[in-house]
Amino acid sequence: MIDLLLRRWATLGPGPWAWALGLALATLCAVPLAWLALGAGTVDDQVAAHVRSQVLPDAVRNTLALLAGVGLGVSALGVSLGWLVTAYEFPLRRLWVWALLLPLALPAYVGAFVWVGLLDVTSPLAQWARTQGWALPAVRSLPGAVGVLTLALYPYVYLNARAAFSRQSGRLVEAARALGHSRTSAWWRVSLPLAAPGIAAGLALALMETLADFGSVALLGVDTFTTAIYKTWLSLFSLPAAARLALGLVGAVGLALAVGHLLRVRHTAVSSKSLGACPRRVLHGPQAWAACAACAGVVALSFGVPMLTLLVWAVNLGWAQFDARLAQAALRTLSLGGASAVAITALALGLAYAQRLVPHPALNALARLATLGYALPGAVLAVAVVLPLAALDDALIQTGWRDGPLLAGSLAALALALALRFLAVGHGPLHAGLRAITLHMDEAAQSLGLSALQRLWRVHRPLLRAPLWTAAALVLVDVMKELPITLMLRPFGWDTLAVHVFEWTSEGLWALAALPALGIAAVGLGPVVWLVHQLESQHAHAD
Amino acid sequence: MSIRPLRPFRPLALLALCAGLLNAPAHAADPVVIYSARSAPLITPLFAAFTRDTGTPVQFITDKEGPLLARLKAEGRNTRADVLMTVDAGNLWQAAQEDLLQAIDSPALRAAIPAHLRDPQQRWFGLSVRARTIAYNPQRVQPSQLSTYEDLADPKWKGRLCLRTSKKVYNQSLVALLIAEHGQAQTQELVRGWVANLATPPFADDTQALQAVAQGVCDVTLVNTYYFGRLMHDQPQLPLALFWPNQSVAGSGVHVNVSGAGVTRYAKHPAQARALIEWLATPKAQSLYADVDLEYPARADVPPTAQVAAWGRFTPNPRNVADAGQLQAQAVMLMDRAGYR
Repeated sequence: MIDLLLRRWATLGPGPWAWALGLALATLCAVPLAWLALGAGTVDDQVAAHVRSQVLPDAVRNTLALLAGVGLGVSALGVSLGWLVTAYEFPLRRLWVWALLLPLALPAYVGAFVWVGLLDVTSPLAQWARTQGWALPAVRSLPGAVGVLTLALYPYVYLNARAAFSRQSGRLVEAARALGHSRTSAWWRVSLPLAAPGIAAGLALALMETLADFGSVALLGVDTFTTAIYKTWLSLFSLPAAARLALGLVGAVGLALAVGHLLRVRHTAVSSKSLGACPRRVLHGPQAWAACAACAGVVALSFGVPMLTLLVWAVNLGWAQFDARLAQAALRTLSLGGASAVAITALALGLAYAQRLVPHPALNALARLATLGYALPGAVLAVAVVLPLAALDDALIQTGWRDGPLLAGSLAALALALALRFLAVGHGPLHAGLRAITLHMDEAAQSLGLSALQRLWRVHRPLLRAPLWTAAALVLVDVMKELPITLMLRPFGWDTLAVHVFEWTSEGLWALAALPALGIAAVGLGPVVWLVHQLESQHAHAD
Repeated sequence: MSIRPLRPFRPLALLALCAGLLNAPAHAADPVVIYSARSAPLITPLFAAFTRDTGTPVQFITDKEGPLLARLKAEGRNTRADVLMTVDAGNLWQAAQEDLLQAIDSPALRAAIPAHLRDPQQRWFGLSVRARTIAYNPQRVQPSQLSTYEDLADPKWKGRLCLRTSKKVYNQSLVALLIAEHGQAQTQELVRGWVANLATPPFADDTQALQAVAQGVCDVTLVNTYYFGRLMHDQPQLPLALFWPNQSVAGSGVHVNVSGAGVTRYAKHPAQARALIEWLATPKAQSLYADVDLEYPARADVPPTAQVAAWGRFTPNPRNVADAGQLQAQAVMLMDRAGYR
């Protein structure tokens, strides 16, 4: 019977599969949100009025300022560093290429509590500065939050910008130069526009992460749209009002992405191999050292200083808290991250490939809907997932098939929520990667009689090596850093390292959180280094 | 697309894999299951002692209060949770209000826990007490200059006050009780006065506020006693001291709050759940429960640990801690209006 159905499907070609996948993933994302917003009950008028007049004005202003600041910051850092390590040769360049990715292993909230510990009014440094009559910049402030989030999130842009720049052909720039453009003008008019789609994908990830962030902004005392959602839910006890705010947030993000898509210039794939890569210009003297110092400075601020600080805090406590519980948490963290990385990358590849097979605007819209979970605050997404699953559990128990919950509190529920949250992270690089492969490949392979799945496996997979590694590694580190979803949906005993960090920071014991935070960075470093290695060997092939 | 015949074991293997992701059915020798907003390092030794004493195994999951309540509510009658354990009477009141807890008629608990530290309808019981009081820098402030919470709004404290964020439930409960005492208008003026006196924007936690006082960034702050205890335990040389406010105001006193527990409405093991809470109220468990976090035992006949006892005795505000819950949302809105972030 199943065989027969499958054969029937097969004769229809890949189209229905593509639509089914897009529809299924979009439904999975939309149902919990709609459930939350519509089913959670009525909104109390007094709460609504208060939120409108007292909470939202500040929250919206701060959120827009934060987005603008972080957007500018990560673009400036990510694009300039991506260009620097791709186009120029300078001391230690090969080291900086991968060291610049290291902040990916460090959760933004860990960076926030380290910088508060280092710079806030009570820190030893601030004390010393006061004796000198100086005042340190206020870290618990909007500029502080922009700084902390920029340092944590620039690698998303850097990774994409570097990939885009290194795919570019030197001949195009040469052509621009031959037409009389200066080097600077050629960069603005050729190199940057060609890299723009990749940069935009990285920027979108960084901005969605900024929107969803709660841990850092709460610590830094900046009221954003996300803190407004939490306040409405947890302090004003109105989950319905909070759900509507969350839906508004997702709607705004969806709209922004759609507008961005419309504005995006149609971009044709340029294969580097056919045109030849650009040789790196060798920098000399002060220029070379300035380039090296710029990379060193960014790596030091975004990774070196936080890691050293955590190490000092952990060593001061004498490693006494390193116990079996922590080792088990590290193992849980890795296995949860690994399994999610495989599953989410597979789903993301399926979705991106479906969009290639069926280039229909409606399917693109479904894909955008399916990846919106990345902009949602984690705890809101977690509640949204719990509600329908609990209802489903109840229905199963009503039928008499089960005598206890099957889904709520299971790994499956956790996996589903993590997939909804991080599908965008896997989808971005794969979607961009597939778009960079010319459609002639598919036509040629199809004329040789390869089915859609065979084309994916035998033609695209080898060409997608770098995007696949990128997607898997990003999902892996993101899941390992994730807190609110894991906290709410983990089954008994599935404490990850991030949960340990929470246990201490929730009590204000920052120093005790240092060791589990170092653990997150340590288990995250593996995938990041491995990602860099894969990307490097990819470039070696391309060269 | 070419389809190979599906071998029968493939879907079976896939099913088995998926089943591993789902919940296993419950067994006869079930543990009592706890949803806890009190953090794991504080409750783990306690539950180990309970299991040693009674033979009943304990399973727990920790989270913040809000998500725990939301999860408990969503799971409804199918929840696996037998006991909800949380901090702050506001949260306990909210859980009872949402009908997530059941009343337990326990003479032992009624005898052990003073009436103002438990739900009048017996749905939750305070198990430890923390006082939210004034901490000051003795190098810069004489205790004679201090008197009440209300006095901290006086202009003489301008630029000398530090506070934790109004987003923390401890401050919401304090302001809720001030509303109960003084009414909305007067309390809002009072909170405005606090905000006007701030030396620096509100901190994310009590420890930072204490350190700011110790370093002279400001002179006074409001903290839960155990944060003071932890900091002084690590750095006893810090110039910090506690002051008990509102001691000579009739009907008032130091604002106290509780951490506590209740049996969930749909507990699968209500007898064991009740036994656990009753055990937590025994003198031995009360010491364990409170001492690990430098809190005060809820039982009047169990003395606090020596470090805590050294802070001296105080008159607590006699109002039932449950009152804070009712007024909590009002308190949050009032603090927003007063500009307390």
